[in-house]
Amino acid sequence: MALPNHTPLNYRIWHYTYLTFCSLVFFFLIAPLFVILPLSFNAEQYIHFSSKMLALDPEGFSLRWYEDMIYGTKNPWGLATKNSLIIAFFATIGSTILGTVAALGLSSRHMPYKAAFMALLISPMIVPLIISGTAIFFFMAKVGLAATHTGIVLSHIILGTPFVVITVTATLSGFDHSVTRAAASLGSNPVNTFMKITLPLIMPGVISGALFAFVTSFDEVVVVLFLAGLENTTIPIQMWVGLREQLSPTIMAVATCLIVMSTLILVTAELLRRRSERLRGINR
Amino acid sequence: MSQEQILSSDGIPLEESLKKAERKNKLKAVLLVAPLFLFILIIYIFPIGDMLFRSVDDRMITKMLPKTFVAMEKWDGKDLPDEPVYEGLYEDLSLLKKNKTFGKIIARLNYEKSGFSSLIKKTIRKIDKLEEGNYKEQFIKIHKRWGQAEYLVALKNTAPNWSYAKYLKGVDLKYDENRNIIQQDEDRRIYKTLWLRTINVAFWVTIFCFILAYPIAHLLATLPMKYSNLLMICVLLPFWTSLLVRTSSWMVLLQQQGPINDLIVWLGWAADDNRPELMYNVIGTFVAMTQILLPFMILPLYSVMKTISPSLMRAGKSLGGTPLVSFVKIYFPLTIPGIGAGSLLVFILAIGYYITPALVGGASGSLISNNIAYHMKSSLDWAFASALGTMLLVGVLAIYWVYNKLVGIDNIKLG
Repeated sequence: MALPNHTPLNYRIWHYTYLTFCSLVFFFLIAPLFVILPLSFNAEQYIHFSSKMLALDPEGFSLRWYEDMIYGTKNPWGLATKNSLIIAFFATIGSTILGTVAALGLSSRHMPYKAAFMALLISPMIVPLIISGTAIFFFMAKVGLAATHTGIVLSHIILGTPFVVITVTATLSGFDHSVTRAAASLGSNPVNTFMKITLPLIMPGVISGALFAFVTSFDEVVVVLFLAGLENTTIPIQMWVGLREQLSPTIMAVATCLIVMSTLILVTAELLRRRSERLRGINR
Repeated sequence: MSQEQILSSDGIPLEESLKKAERKNKLKAVLLVAPLFLFILIIYIFPIGDMLFRSVDDRMITKMLPKTFVAMEKWDGKDLPDEPVYEGLYEDLSLLKKNKTFGKIIARLNYEKSGFSSLIKKTIRKIDKLEEGNYKEQFIKIHKRWGQAEYLVALKNTAPNWSYAKYLKGVDLKYDENRNIIQQDEDRRIYKTLWLRTINVAFWVTIFCFILAYPIAHLLATLPMKYSNLLMICVLLPFWTSLLVRTSSWMVLLQQQGPINDLIVWLGWAADDNRPELMYNVIGTFVAMTQILLPFMILPLYSVMKTISPSLMRAGKSLGGTPLVSFVKIYFPLTIPGIGAGSLLVFILAIGYYITPALVGGASGSLISNNIAYHMKSSLDWAFASALGTMLLVGVLAIYWVYNKLVGIDNIKLG
């Protein structure tokens, strides 16, 4: 953003103050994440930058904490990763199917009390997690699903569907309904029309909703804290337990892996968003 | 109507068949929404209703001492009750002893009036030795408190099946012996402070998020696409990163031997052996929450600012407005919907925040959510946890309602 030559001095000062301020905010946003990366390669057992690390001495760095994460004795991360993936997988499938179907109904102009239904269906996103956790725990304990994978999956479906409903409804808002009518007039039945015409067109919205649902489940800790037994431990639970005891370099290693994962998800989500905007003709 | 009815091809009046088609479409839409609706209703909305119910449900003592309470109905609650009440107590307590289920009742009664704990424990220990008849005298012999009307009045006060006592406790009030609402004892008054702190933190986090987010949302919205996309990653990466990862990065930064403290010492603002406590207090909660919630302010602001045409500001300037005047009169008013959306989103999220305050907040930086979790997991006073949860829920729903009125809930955009 180069300024033209004739810009007055006070405006110039103002402009550079503004840019400096913005850079500081960006730094504030992103820098904390990058503190974790080098510390996970620390050769020592402490969570601070050793003098060897600051001097970029190779001896200051090691992969021992990654080794500990994967091969460490009685390490919980294997079980936690397995549980997290299983739970997130089923929760994502459940949220995506229920959310997409509901979004189709909500986007129909024949739907009565649309606003009320919408508000109700996305309420799990607005209600504080601690309240959702408390309420769901009472329910799961009553029906005997506390400390089971099923109970956790069901509650994660609840927490994930609002995102799917929102993203798919947004995609459907730009959807040209004459194509489904065209399909119907050509003799296609509704299910066939949905699978062959509607679904491929709204796919970017469905996938980005599914990503949100996946991340919500994979990262969820409050409800799991209430519901999980020892057998259902997940990555966030293990991080939570670890962070409450003390900061260990192994946690930094896990955190680094999670950052890499979220970067991948971010890239996917961004590509999808751009694709869907292109399809909707928003991005001229 | 003189006009002849229009018929569709199969001979049914067009109006009717249109209506039929309309009904069918409506049914189809409702059926599509139904599975999720029922799912949420059963696993989410009903349990929340159950939580409300638990917060006022006070039938435990009446259920555990049924005969006593039947006998008490005839007692005026002034002088000591007569024999039947003591007989009822004898039968109920004997049964509780046999079933070994008196633990709960002791805790509940002691909450009503301190002194009940030893009274009930001693009575239960000696209850087998009582002889039949004249229970009143024998009870008073076991413990003199059975001869003090105030304890029996306190017991009678627990008779109603529904109680708002948990809500009163949630705002540092309580019932006295005569069912008047009075202030909680001074050393037990913690909830007003906790609520105020929660609202305070949520409010200031919202304000700070706004101050930090507004300029950079503007920058993102006005920069050419290729730069803004790159900078957008700085906003979206934290947004997609695990909350626990982000909280742990703040724990690394804020710890006593951490980089921020190193910097403070290096700058000479504090002595090395007297490093300031940046974590396990309200500062930690505040800083970490601001950074974590910042993307939720930036994204709505950005999506609103993106729709404001730059030509509006140019028009303002060409009509003689200074940049400041054009900003205040043209740009700022147009961004108000974004400010509303972002602020309410951040405020709602902040007021119910649990994980971050629990990890970096310590005792002085913990919020109402942490107290709810404490009563759910440690003190096991689920009714009280439910009452606090309900109060928080009502607050959040009120804000949600305002949000809906101002912005419309279906205008939420994600990333």
